[in-house]
Amino acid sequence: MASITIRGVKKNYAKTQVVHGVDLDFASGEFVVILGPSGCGKSTLLRMIAGLEEISGGTIAIDGTVVNKLEPRERGCAMVFQNYALYPHMSVAQNIGYSLKVAGVPSAERTQRIQAVARTLELEHLLDRKPMALSGGQRQRVAMGRAMIREPKVFLFDEPLSNLDAKLRVQMRSEIRKLHRRLNVTSVFVTHDQVEAMTLADRLVVMNGGRVEQVGTPGEIYTRPASRFVATFVGAPAMNMLEGTVELGGLSLLGGSRRLAMSRAGLPVGTKVAMGIRPEAVRLVAPDTAGALNATVDLVEELGAGRVIYVDLDGAPFSVMTSEAVHLEPGSTVGLRISPEDMHFFSSETGNRLDVFKASVPEPAL
Amino acid sequence: MEKRVTFSSWTIGILFAVPQLLLIFTFFYWPAGQAVYWSLTLQQPWGGGNIWVGLDNFRSILVNADYWNSITASLVFAGISTGLAMFIALVLAALTDRQLAGSRLYRVVLIWPYGIAAPALALAFRFILAPEAGFLSVVNRMWPGIWDPGLDGADAMASIIVAFSWKYVGYNFIFFLAAFQAIPRSLIEAAAMDGSGVIRRFWDIQFPLITPTIFFLLVINITESFQDSFGIVDIMTSGGPANATNLMVYKIYSDGFKGLDYSGAAAQSIILMLLIILLTIFQFRFIERRVHYG
Repeated sequence: MASITIRGVKKNYAKTQVVHGVDLDFASGEFVVILGPSGCGKSTLLRMIAGLEEISGGTIAIDGTVVNKLEPRERGCAMVFQNYALYPHMSVAQNIGYSLKVAGVPSAERTQRIQAVARTLELEHLLDRKPMALSGGQRQRVAMGRAMIREPKVFLFDEPLSNLDAKLRVQMRSEIRKLHRRLNVTSVFVTHDQVEAMTLADRLVVMNGGRVEQVGTPGEIYTRPASRFVATFVGAPAMNMLEGTVELGGLSLLGGSRRLAMSRAGLPVGTKVAMGIRPEAVRLVAPDTAGALNATVDLVEELGAGRVIYVDLDGAPFSVMTSEAVHLEPGSTVGLRISPEDMHFFSSETGNRLDVFKASVPEPAL
Repeated sequence: MEKRVTFSSWTIGILFAVPQLLLIFTFFYWPAGQAVYWSLTLQQPWGGGNIWVGLDNFRSILVNADYWNSITASLVFAGISTGLAMFIALVLAALTDRQLAGSRLYRVVLIWPYGIAAPALALAFRFILAPEAGFLSVVNRMWPGIWDPGLDGADAMASIIVAFSWKYVGYNFIFFLAAFQAIPRSLIEAAAMDGSGVIRRFWDIQFPLITPTIFFLLVINITESFQDSFGIVDIMTSGGPANATNLMVYKIYSDGFKGLDYSGAAAQSIILMLLIILLTIFQFRFIERRVHYG
């Protein structure tokens, strides 16, 4: 078990910078998920922790020791790769035991530890097989076993579930979670899948364009996204965004067709802001209900447990998610009711959350 | 089941195969058949009939000490030059794969030697290795007479081995580099995470995974060292001194076209063919077992 301290870490490839000064602290025994779209630098960051990429600037410390110049093997990390990276010419037992063999652990002890790990992962009957003869889920478990057997200080996962089918992914997800609860080793898990991120993380790091957008528990990230990017990236379907302008005594939305009465909270008149509402926070009401917005139904997506209704709100696309058994025809009109506490405001200029603004939202006169 | 193109009638299929069959027949089966026939007869040097002698040609070759000397020389040449060409190429490819400084340059430069015709490169090496004025003449200044391929059989053998290896290093390098690059980078990284250093990773991960390529190159190099050595021997040593470099393929040429012993040369070429077939069978039977096909 170890804490990880990342200070001002940068990564350049030739002239392009892909990670721009990241500061993070992972506590000992924590399960941290780094979430972000492809190319946001999350894997690069993980590989820098592992020692597979050189650190261009800043420092990474594991348990207080700066590891910038240490070889991967000296850092005490174990990694599970996206394509598992099992040695194709070795049996499952040899794959799992390779690190022990390199470390010069005597053969008897090695066999014993391989057996123990195999028991934990239910791989005992597969120990003599080659990776070629294994299913995706089994390979995944062998990769986990290879990481576990070293009893590392830190577990690193580089999108380990993305090659599995949907059902297996859910199963492996809970297995990883259980394993972490038992071993309680500091784990860093990189993914672009928000469901994976939300379900696994003690703490979630959302990255975009080589920068950290927000760090928090999955609940915090969902309920109080720190930026417009986080707001739209986390949550499915994505959060609705309505562009608006600050006016005297309120906010003009949708190019002036709607007005929201509220205090300006010190923002100058004319400031551009975006108002975000999660589709699942909108309530459907009858058309022309007082205090509700009228919208035209474009499309209804049936999800079984619920349905997503795509509507047209004065020319702007807007989505609503409901678990009510409503039946709506495309082209019909519905009323949308939005509570003030469900509104998120972001600066159009910086994309940052405007909290002061929201705190003083009065009853809206929509 | 694999889907294949099929022809409704036999004749179309045969017609498509005819050009290839014709080529193989004209340039392989016919000459090979002719060689077998000649090896069983005594041919007149300037034409005009022959006598059936059965296996007499083979008998007279196999009791000839010169011929056994030629076989030994060929085996020594094949063994050392294959080993040298493959080892050097393997090291260079492994270094290039690690993207060390200059690897881009190697990649281009190392491919060139294979493109040079054997006689041309043999001529170049003849100059380089000349005992009186070449680069190696320096050693003769320090230890007079230590290097002279014109007099010392071992020196001559070393010369043709160096020339042949130099050519095949380039060929082997291309294949080795391709094999190294086909190994997923993540395997090497996983081994690094498992605590394995550069050398250990090479022996535990990379080497076992390129064994199919090593095996392929072994077969090709040995076969070529029996055949492609002709031009080099002809230009550099002409089989000398004292038959020290009279390799089988060169002896066939000199006995047949210089000595006009067509039948003896034909018998020798049959033996050479059998030897290469035997060596290849041996390699497939005993070495291929240790190859790991991914």
